[in-house]
Amino acid sequence: MDEIDALYEEVILDHNKNPRNFGVLEEATHKAVGHNPLCGDHIEIYLNVQNGVVKDVKFKGVGCAISKASASIMTTVLKGKTLAEIQSLFDEFHRTLTSKVDEPVNTEKLGKLAVFAGVRNFPVRVKCATLAWHTLIDALGNKKSD
Amino acid sequence: MDPKNLEIRVEKKKSFNVYKIREDFPILQRKVWDKPLIYFDNAATTQKPKQVIKTIESFYKNLNSNIHRGVHYLSQASTTEYECARKIVKVFINAKYEEEIIFTRGATEAINLVAHSYGSVNLRPGDEVLITFMEHHSNIVPWQIICERTGAKLKVVPIDDNGEIIIDEFEKLLSDRTKIVSVVHVSNSLGTVNPIEYIISRSHEVGAVVLIDGAQSIQHIPIDVQKLDCDFFAFSGHKIYAPTGIGVLYGKRSLLEAMPPYQGGGDMILSVSFEKTIYNELPHKFEAGTPNIEGAIGLGSAIRYVQNIGLDVIYKYEKQLLDYATEQISQIPDVEIIGKARNKASLISFVVNNVHPHDIGTLLDRDGIAIRTGHHCTEPVMRRFGVPATSRASFAFYNTFEEIDVLVKSLKKIIEKFK
Repeated sequence: MDEIDALYEEVILDHNKNPRNFGVLEEATHKAVGHNPLCGDHIEIYLNVQNGVVKDVKFKGVGCAISKASASIMTTVLKGKTLAEIQSLFDEFHRTLTSKVDEPVNTEKLGKLAVFAGVRNFPVRVKCATLAWHTLIDALGNKKSD
Repeated sequence: MDPKNLEIRVEKKKSFNVYKIREDFPILQRKVWDKPLIYFDNAATTQKPKQVIKTIESFYKNLNSNIHRGVHYLSQASTTEYECARKIVKVFINAKYEEEIIFTRGATEAINLVAHSYGSVNLRPGDEVLITFMEHHSNIVPWQIICERTGAKLKVVPIDDNGEIIIDEFEKLLSDRTKIVSVVHVSNSLGTVNPIEYIISRSHEVGAVVLIDGAQSIQHIPIDVQKLDCDFFAFSGHKIYAPTGIGVLYGKRSLLEAMPPYQGGGDMILSVSFEKTIYNELPHKFEAGTPNIEGAIGLGSAIRYVQNIGLDVIYKYEKQLLDYATEQISQIPDVEIIGKARNKASLISFVVNNVHPHDIGTLLDRDGIAIRTGHHCTEPVMRRFGVPATSRASFAFYNTFEEIDVLVKSLKKIIEKFK
């Protein structure tokens, strides 16, 4: 598969077109807004966290296919995870995206997220893939204020 | 388009052969991702002809030396070349005096110079600075800074759905409180060519001075600052086939003479003592420090190159590129052109249903096509049209009709992929 097809995998195009868990979570306990001023991407993450475990998550926003698909796929892997597990998953995700092209990908740990490994070939698009995750980490540090 | 039609007779005497022109630009011969480079990002920066590259190389091989005050041969020779570039600019925009040409780092610095120097002594609380909704950030932020410092107010003329200034609103906002009107000649994100002649003459009626941001017009439209009667005109060299880091502020001599220096340093003084420093004459008063000598000389060379082809010839050819691209792109389903002014320079901003500009940019790039995506440093314009970003294809006289065909084909393929 060539680099461009690896970036725009079927799974990514599908999540871009039909984002999962899209919308506002009324019973959110945590919330954050993320921005990429360079491309105008905007994302809002809503979380319901009970006893340190994510019970529910939703997102809203506008962005490119990579950022939207990343947010969508992210929401499908968070439920039931502890905050420590989420941090560890994000660390692996971030490490993979910024790793060298020929380094092995830990598909076992990344699971569905491994589909984003192709972003490694496009350094300017790494921020697109990580925006949702940075916003998520931000949200976990923030109690919903409004 | 039929390649036979490509040798366009723009004028009876001057024929224009784009393939010959392309041979002057070494970078156009390269490939990107194994595809021939199609460079449609000319509004961001233009490519450089070998004549300009050669001039700069020759400067460093033969003349390199600091200018002014040197008694040795090289210093005098480089000074001559530097000042010769000023003469070339003067003739190119038809300024009355050579000393009305101030070399800056670019259009941004030129605007900042006027905002800070002219603005700091001429703006009082209650005065107004008038700009438009389609300004580049570089023609917004300097005025915000100086308005905050002086207590003046920044007023913004709205634009309509086609991306044209609403002249009635301009008239309403113009008053005897208006001290400075600063307007972009050609919008970098919409392509609109503004009616600056009218804006200048109306602004003068209320006693305001007018700055024209010519960053996107200098390479497309012949400029005559005396005929326009603008008070200031700013442009960047790199948009007109010269290097980056060099630009020009034109200002009417009487205004520049009355303005305080913008930066202090060497070259801008006649004498310095701790009690009193006497500033140098124009244009040196505004050129503190060692300037961008290779840049100025490169700019001179670029302008000569453009003059040899003829800006009128360039304008006509680029207009045909624009018309062809507009026709082709607007026929693609799901594509909307942002900026439909009656008078446009050769750039097209567009959005595609359900495909973000960044995805378009990345995918076009893999077909060798360089366009720009994002807000183009005009966030108010993006908000005005309710889009986070656009894709922008901007054309120069070295682009071809076939390249536009490749763009259209590639765009259709991308849209299909996202279906």
